[in-house]
Amino acid sequence: MRAKPGGPSDAKRCPHPFGSPSVPIARRAIILAPIILTGCQAGVLDPAGPIGLAEKTILIDSLAIMLAIVIPTIAATLGFAWWFRAPNTKARYLPDFAYSGRLELIVWSIPLLTITLLGGVAWIGSHDLDPAVPLPSDKPPLDVQVVSLDWKWLFIYPNQRVASVNQLVVPAGVPIHFTLTSASVMSTFFIPQLGSMIYTMNGMATQLYLQADTPGTFRGLSGHYNGDGFSDMHFDVLAVPTDRFTAWVSATRGTGPTLNADSYAELEKQSVDAHPFTYGNADPALFRQIVTQKLPPGPGPQVGHPDVNVSPRTQR
Amino acid sequence: MSGFQATAGHGDPHSLGHGAAREHLPKHGGGHLVSKRIVTGYGFWIFLLSDIIMFSAFFATYAVLVGATADGPSGHDLFDLRNVGVETACLLLSSFTCGIASIGAMTHRSLWFYGAMTATFVLGAAFVGLELREFAGMIAQGNGPSRSAFLSAFFTLVGCHGMHVSLGLLWLLTMMAQVYAKGYRDDILRRILCFSLFWHALDIIWVGLFTVVYLMGVGQ
Amino acid sequence: MLGKLTWAAVPFDQPIPLIAAAMVGLVIFGVLVWVTVKGYLPYLWHEWITSVDHKRIGIMYTLLAMVMLLRGFSDAIMMRSQQAMAYRSEGYLPPEHYDQIFSAHGTLMIFFVAMPFVIGLMNFVVPLQLGARDVAFPTLNSVGFWLTATGALLVNISLVVGEFARTGWLPYPPLSELTYSPGVGVDYYLWSLEISGVGTLLSGVNLVTTVLKIHAPGMTYMRMPMFCWTTLAANLLIVAAFPILTATLAMLLLDRNLGFHFFTNTGGGNVMMFMNLIWAWGHPEVYILILPAFGIFSEVIATFSRKPLFGYRSMVMATMVICLLSFTVWLHHFFTMGAGADVNAIFGIASMIIAVPTGVKVFNWLFTMYGGRVVFTPPILWSIGFMVTFVIGGMTGVLLAVPPADFVLHNSLFLVAHFHNVIIGGVLFGAFAGYNYWFPKAFGFRLHEGLGKAAFWCWFIGFYLAFMPLYVVGLMGMTRRMQHYDVAAWRPWLLIAALGAAVILCGIILQIAQLTVSIRHREELRDETGDPWNGRSLEWATASPPPVFNFAVLPHIQGEDAYWDIKQRAIEQARLGDEPAYTEIEMPKNSPTGFICAFFATFMGFALIWHIWWLVAVGALGAFTTFVVFAWRDEDEYIIPADEVAKIDRANRSARREALVHLQPVQ
Repeated sequence: MRAKPGGPSDAKRCPHPFGSPSVPIARRAIILAPIILTGCQAGVLDPAGPIGLAEKTILIDSLAIMLAIVIPTIAATLGFAWWFRAPNTKARYLPDFAYSGRLELIVWSIPLLTITLLGGVAWIGSHDLDPAVPLPSDKPPLDVQVVSLDWKWLFIYPNQRVASVNQLVVPAGVPIHFTLTSASVMSTFFIPQLGSMIYTMNGMATQLYLQADTPGTFRGLSGHYNGDGFSDMHFDVLAVPTDRFTAWVSATRGTGPTLNADSYAELEKQSVDAHPFTYGNADPALFRQIVTQKLPPGPGPQVGHPDVNVSPRTQR
Repeated sequence: MSGFQATAGHGDPHSLGHGAAREHLPKHGGGHLVSKRIVTGYGFWIFLLSDIIMFSAFFATYAVLVGATADGPSGHDLFDLRNVGVETACLLLSSFTCGIASIGAMTHRSLWFYGAMTATFVLGAAFVGLELREFAGMIAQGNGPSRSAFLSAFFTLVGCHGMHVSLGLLWLLTMMAQVYAKGYRDDILRRILCFSLFWHALDIIWVGLFTVVYLMGVGQ
Repeated sequence: MLGKLTWAAVPFDQPIPLIAAAMVGLVIFGVLVWVTVKGYLPYLWHEWITSVDHKRIGIMYTLLAMVMLLRGFSDAIMMRSQQAMAYRSEGYLPPEHYDQIFSAHGTLMIFFVAMPFVIGLMNFVVPLQLGARDVAFPTLNSVGFWLTATGALLVNISLVVGEFARTGWLPYPPLSELTYSPGVGVDYYLWSLEISGVGTLLSGVNLVTTVLKIHAPGMTYMRMPMFCWTTLAANLLIVAAFPILTATLAMLLLDRNLGFHFFTNTGGGNVMMFMNLIWAWGHPEVYILILPAFGIFSEVIATFSRKPLFGYRSMVMATMVICLLSFTVWLHHFFTMGAGADVNAIFGIASMIIAVPTGVKVFNWLFTMYGGRVVFTPPILWSIGFMVTFVIGGMTGVLLAVPPADFVLHNSLFLVAHFHNVIIGGVLFGAFAGYNYWFPKAFGFRLHEGLGKAAFWCWFIGFYLAFMPLYVVGLMGMTRRMQHYDVAAWRPWLLIAALGAAVILCGIILQIAQLTVSIRHREELRDETGDPWNGRSLEWATASPPPVFNFAVLPHIQGEDAYWDIKQRAIEQARLGDEPAYTEIEMPKNSPTGFICAFFATFMGFALIWHIWWLVAVGALGAFTTFVVFAWRDEDEYIIPADEVAKIDRANRSARREALVHLQPVQ
């Protein structure tokens, strides 16, 4: 069900978990607009967690190291080309200048030294920021299981026994341990402001640790193209204070539908732009069944033009 | 073309290609300072290398998927080493007869050439037949390529080799027909050289296949 | 009878592809009618279609690339305008159409623009530079070209019959598997590339053998021009990498058509294997494209700086190091798969190491200009534009090779900006430099200089306008391939990018104008000597266009910059060398094998896509018969008599003698 983009309000896209249904949508939009605008705009240069911050630092440092030779090279290219232009009689003409051992040495060693330096950055950074390595913290990490579906995100909180679709609520300041898989095709779980993205693949589970330092709303999306509904496969990350997270869990538990094999089979069918909603009761063994393919992978498209075997169409 | 006859009998009596002056270097002509036979052989070697790289991709895939039997049978349950042993014998022997055929062609001895080519064909066809029988047996038991990733990789790797042998047989017949119709022309001899390189390369690949797929498969 | 094919497969409800195809069909029909009415058909058949002359084949490759560039670029314009419009709206392209467009754009630009462009230039130039009469396998070369054309044709047929892939330019499973892409689009992709891949492989075998085995006397390996070295490296990579592509795509075909389980979710298939295999081809492919461009820049910068290439041995070494290393870095295309820190770090560092020889090349070009007399013609403008642009693209590339940086930049528009930065700024600029540089060699007249310069500036500025904003939105977290979005902050940047595409369009229009104006004014732009740029390598030692046999007498090479030495001697002595004794020349006969073979391959490919099995059999039988008939020929060469050789060469010698008067010895 593709809702018309540019729909009634921002609130639809970055909804607030505590907005009581009685509050008019328009008012919620006004309250939330600033958060949403900043939250949805900023990218990897505006990190909101330790991983994102470290990656931004590495990005800037590496760029600085390289700019140190790239800028002079560009300047020299333009400078040499201009100074040695044919009409310039002041420039010396050296028609046989084709070899110089000293220059060759410099020519090989400058990039080599740069790369040595950068290689060090890459080696240390790869190990420090390995997505599967737990974050140092005095708080135990929160487990969240992520399933990418055609074309929405399912978040299961196994210890809280709740789940949500297209909306991820996490406590700020607490490391989150994501275990990720896919119900069908490959996708990438990516929250630009929190850092590292990672692939989700059917029949496999990948690991990722992230943390939001302060409360806020961040945009999450699929980084990897995965079919016709790709552009709508984004979600909001709501980092909230720990006590409010607990409040959200207890408010969610017991209300709304149940997530089990049957409702999962329904959810697995292709659909676009699913409204965020929550499951009041989630089977904590479900994720394991998806990863081990006890639950079959999602079906593909069912209709097409003139039939599905020639040109499939997304159901709207 | 004339160079072949002109130099045959000087220093390289059987024209096996060891004499430097076996084929004339064109004084004029296509600008090749190297004889056409060398260039053709060289180019075909490059092609064979690329073919071997294609097989390595299939080998690598097989190695990755060998355990992915999806609760189906593994190589240990499926392979019959006796059948494969006979296949191997056929193919190795056919390499030998192929070698005789190319000597026969180079020395223009038709009896040897046709005889050895026929033998190569029979052995190659036997190989393909045995392989097809093995495949048919497996498919009949429900262990076809769509049973599991392991079997997909198996059928593709072995089948790709079998397809090469089958195309080789077609090529072999074409070469016999060409020699029959046109005689031992220089360009036809070059093609026979390429054919025999191809046939030997298939042998080498089979040795790898026999070891990696069958011996190691049964041994598991 | 016709498999899955019915009239309903033609998307009569979609005006855009239908109108586009109707226009293209009309143009093709018009050209055919014009050619027939004017009576050019026999000329085309005998002189071009059946030609096995490496120069003609090279020109046809280049022409194919330019025509496909127009198609690929219209896709680009549609993508840029869609993204400019699609803020909080659907834009004008629904996802099932938009997804085909970006898939077709990537496929066309890599396989049917960049590849044929560089292969065309290599085919045309390399035998001339080596002082050879021909390539090693002329007929095979023709087959290779026509199979490439078949692939391009099939991709374009998908515009109106059925659909093209919607999986991106590399069809990652399981999205490309039958379950998730049951349509014919992925099959179009797969069969087009299988067929054209065979063509590319044949061309690679031919050029490797040519560079290694077919030289003029004295043309040792260490005297070969840089372009020959980069051709060797690129074609070694073709020979080593394309079989992997063929195998990988074959596995996907088996999955889709016969129910195999290589990359499926079920049955034990492994999608990660696809990514490893496809990038084991895909990364070398990058260097297959860029290395020949490096060669072109080396030739152009040396010629127009009026100096030999600086650090020739270093350059050769750097080329071969890149050639080797390119096979060791494929994993950097999926750092975000969770392979673990050690693996990521090792592949990241290996990728960075490639920047070392590449950096060496840039510095050597820099020192080639140092102490030179730089003449600002279009080819060197493209080269300088390349040097400036490419170091930026290289820098962002190294940035993406740092795994933690890649964790936030992978699959974003930053990545898209990066590879356009190196492919446009590197490969395409190189191809255009080569096109401007060797055009007079191919046709005997120069391209209009003013329009060439204007086209360069439009491309150069348009490139920066179109792709620098993509770096920015990439950093803002925008991923690639979005059909619509609702983030207001991205929009201004995407509008600028669309403007950039429009400026590039002006560049393309100017290039078309340049070609048209140059053909109209060809007499004013005529070059009789065969050496319009005061060149240094052997291709300039013969007439423009070169006679079919390239060199009346094979030159004897005594050093690097072979022709420069000969020319300087002639200038010093104020006369050309003595007239040689002309002899007759044997050349390979034309052959329609390639064309007929491709004709059958087209039907076979189409039949395989639509499951028309009888037509597959007809196509296969036809192709085989073609080869047998070809093999049955009695005469595969013809003789050009010594008189005719002498006549052709004397005409060129007299033009050179006149030109010699105006040449000054270099101080």
